[in-house]
Amino acid sequence: MAEDTNHNLIEVLSTRFGDKVTAVSEPYGLLTFETSKDVIVEVLRFLKEDNRFNYLTDITAVHYPEKHQAIAVVYHLHNMVAKVRVRVKVFISEHTPTIPTATVLWNGANWMERETYDLFGVKFEGHPDLRRILNMDELGVHPMLKQYPLEDPNRVDKKDEYFGR
Amino acid sequence: MNHNQPVYTDNDPQEELVTLNLGPTHPATHGVFQNVIQLDGERIVSGVSTIGYIHRAFEKIAEHRPFYQITPLTDRLNYCSSPINNMGWHMTVEKLLNIQLPKRVDYLRVIIMELARISDHIICNTIIAQDTGATTTFLYLFQFREHIYEIYEEVCGARLTTNIGRIGGFERDFNEIAFAKINKFLKEFPVALREFESLLNRNRIFIDRTAGVARVSAETALDYSWSGPLLRATGVDYDVRVSDPYSSYQDFDFEVPVGTSGDIYDRYLVRNEEMWQSVRIIEQAMEKLKHEPPHIFHADVPEFYLPAKEEVYNNMEALIYHFKIVMGEIDAPKAEVYHSVEGGNGELGFYLINDGGRTPYRLHFRRPSFINYQMFAPMSKGMLLSDAIINMSSMNIIAGELDA
Repeated sequence: MAEDTNHNLIEVLSTRFGDKVTAVSEPYGLLTFETSKDVIVEVLRFLKEDNRFNYLTDITAVHYPEKHQAIAVVYHLHNMVAKVRVRVKVFISEHTPTIPTATVLWNGANWMERETYDLFGVKFEGHPDLRRILNMDELGVHPMLKQYPLEDPNRVDKKDEYFGR
Repeated sequence: MNHNQPVYTDNDPQEELVTLNLGPTHPATHGVFQNVIQLDGERIVSGVSTIGYIHRAFEKIAEHRPFYQITPLTDRLNYCSSPINNMGWHMTVEKLLNIQLPKRVDYLRVIIMELARISDHIICNTIIAQDTGATTTFLYLFQFREHIYEIYEEVCGARLTTNIGRIGGFERDFNEIAFAKINKFLKEFPVALREFESLLNRNRIFIDRTAGVARVSAETALDYSWSGPLLRATGVDYDVRVSDPYSSYQDFDFEVPVGTSGDIYDRYLVRNEEMWQSVRIIEQAMEKLKHEPPHIFHADVPEFYLPAKEEVYNNMEALIYHFKIVMGEIDAPKAEVYHSVEGGNGELGFYLINDGGRTPYRLHFRRPSFINYQMFAPMSKGMLLSDAIINMSSMNIIAGELDA
């Protein structure tokens, strides 16, 4: 049933957004697609209001330093009635990491976006209160970016490569 | 200027607001987080939540650990129900690796997860009672958390941060004492829970303090992405165990209790009823275990399941697999997977991206406490300070899960 719903959903999305919906795949049955940041709010609104994906499960980000668009902002939505989930990805540039906020659709996006901003430096435009949430305000870096090592790089006694990491 | 004279300002003292720092280490918060609130008399005018006091960068650490070493990190998310976190993580990896578990292992996991749920709800409900002034109930029911911890101890050797189970099953079979303790628990706990309910459910003072306080509508709860007992208290019957069954939950007959008004009393009732349902599930699981082949406690996947130490020392294959697993050299598909389980506080999700390296490329925890708690400050506006305290305890915010 899930495959059937996924198939229908991707058809509906392609009709509505055309080539803005790309890289469709279904890893482990979970429909995943990419879109661009200029239509992301429209895509989310379309999913929420016209396709009953009214529950925002999660917002997070992933850093791929070797890619041209290095930061992927990942949204997980859930349609509780049909019991279907969908994953939406938006790749944005590392140098201008901006994306429109989803707080216009869900109030619950507030802290999820603050966490993403704190850890990855993604600036959600239009967010009502975009401050760091887990780290201290003076930290100065966004620690989940891949260029920041886990341990202090100046330590000589504990190099990651000695431990196979 | 004469310093002995009182200073009069133009402000009417009746109009002035008091700023109160509630936390980070306040006994009423039951955890390390802070709320700076503006008080007009006893009424809250505005509040700002500050969290992150025990942020330990688990997502960053997880990018540097092989899969089996991430289990102890998940212990420390919701440390009131660690086994659910552990097994949620194991199931995420098993989903990535396409491992099918024998039914007996699923049922054993269900037993432990439901015990963990009971212990989580015991803490929350007794603390609601404690914060409304009923210490008796707290002391009365809390001993059963101790009994649950003793069961964990029989199974895995630890009590609070359990690190229970392995990817692919359990590290050892349940011994006779563990089963005896579970049976004893199933016999004694319902008696105590019934008495606990008789002390509170129709208690005038308790109802006055909780009913109608901090009401939340289903629309608001969904808007704020609430999950777990808080969402169900508003009337939405969303339970991951039913909507997305994992670990053979579809084999069990149980009900998902829902409330109507989403107030503190409803949350209390939902959690209580969930404890009854958990007892029911454990009883069914114990019954089902009798029909399963005995002594199977892990799936037959030697390349992913950490072998027993005796095997490692005496058997060539086991040594090789042990080495590969410990060094993170298992052949996991390059894929991304989202798996969620019904934790004590709601939907606990694991978003894992594997790029074929020794460690996850990215691991994100969807932590229900974190997402539920963001509504606390907005919903406290206009509330009495003492009501806000019970509201906070009824949300069951666990600092470890809040901050990751």
